Amino acid sequence: MIAIVDYRAGNLSSVARALGFLGHACEITDRAQAIARAERVILPGVGAAGATMENLRALGLDRVLLERVIGAGKPFLGICIGIQVLLDSSDENEADCLGVIRGRALRFPSTVDGRRLKVPQIGWNRVNLLREHPLFEGIPDATYFYFVNSYYPRLTDPDAALAVADYGLHFVAALARGTVMATQFHLEKSGAAGLRMLDNFCRL
Amino acid sequence: MLSKRIIPCLDVRAGRVTKGVAFANNVDVGDPVTMARYYYEQGADEIVFYDITASNERRGIMLEVVEKVAREIFIPFTVGGGLRTLQDLRAVLLAGAEKVSIDSGAVRNPGLISEGARAFGSQCVVLSMQVARREPGARLPSGYEVVIDGGRLPTGLDALEWARRGQELGAGELCVNSIDRDGTNLGYELELTRRIAEAASVPVIASGGAGAPEHLLAVFNQAGADAAIVASMVHYGRYGLPELKRFLRQNGVEVREPFWPQRSLS
Repeated sequence: MIAIVDYRAGNLSSVARALGFLGHACEITDRAQAIARAERVILPGVGAAGATMENLRALGLDRVLLERVIGAGKPFLGICIGIQVLLDSSDENEADCLGVIRGRALRFPSTVDGRRLKVPQIGWNRVNLLREHPLFEGIPDATYFYFVNSYYPRLTDPDAALAVADYGLHFVAALARGTVMATQFHLEKSGAAGLRMLDNFCRL
Repeated sequence: MLSKRIIPCLDVRAGRVTKGVAFANNVDVGDPVTMARYYYEQGADEIVFYDITASNERRGIMLEVVEKVAREIFIPFTVGGGLRTLQDLRAVLLAGAEKVSIDSGAVRNPGLISEGARAFGSQCVVLSMQVARREPGARLPSGYEVVIDGGRLPTGLDALEWARRGQELGAGELCVNSIDRDGTNLGYELELTRRIAEAASVPVIASGGAGAPEHLLAVFNQAGADAAIVASMVHYGRYGLPELKRFLRQNGVEVREPFWPQRSLS
């Protein structure tokens, strides 16, 4: 069973629908027990890092994720806001995050080289792989994925970076360390490439 | 960099697509789910559904369509048409749409934009506007007026002013439809699109008038649109999405090359 963490925000059902389409059983849940017992855990969704962390803490799920999932070596996948909560902190609401990966979520600048940058980034962008990883199995370099984000991860732990994209600046679009993986782009909205990666995660 | 998006638009009345009959052989092309799947497989970057159902009682049919589409299509899709309340927005998003497109409902109640953005995030609130060209004047400095109710009712709102206000209220994208060009196949209203795209700090989607690949090239290169809506030019089989993308790519516009994996996915 795959647990999709319900932290009372964002649209979680699209990830559940994609897993259903792929034939993987999943449950959207905020119950610590269910998350601790799951084989794999996905933290998806759009939203603000501050509100997400507050909700996770209020539900006691920050500890469950750190101790029973990530600490226990279970495959964990963060999507969009799910990549940012893995970092130490975020510019968004000056939030303290889970601190699993060294780094901070920064806001895209409003101008680059005197040209306006539209924030949030909304649309399909190329993702360039930095190294091989089972999560990207079968995905060619420079495949397009769907992004919706105003903030991007800046890692002080560059070894964790898995792929980068370019939106005014180069940023980390996917990361992985041990059994922890995360993408800034929406796997559940990225067509067949996103489905393939979700499927890869479920088979790890 | 971010690619330019091509977005087929489907008008749906009482659960059936109203235009679009000629493209797929021997399939039920009136079925919005079938058409959405077709465009998904053809490499559409997003899909928009406009519910042109006249009565409120039939809105449930559209929600069923949305639910079915959401189980089969794994790219973003937007639903618009007659959305007036926060409840309307919530219902469509819970049914599986990525974004809602609000139009007349936002003109009548601008608070709908801010409430929607607060409740669900700006990224899923598209402010759609129907725009008519007029003589510029003190009341309409840009010479573009917002009209509502399917283009029948002038509002006196200046389109540039409304775009600016909508963005301030929290709209995450602006969809600008020229009613002068809509249905003409003469090309997008480049001047209107350019002026709004220059003023906006959120993505601008051009709509109305697409009839040839050159029209998309112009709206991206000359008017600075981030995305373009296509309807009859693809619905009637005159052009295919892969062909449009090939043309744009050959002319230096970055568009998404869809990826289909080797391993079959269920």
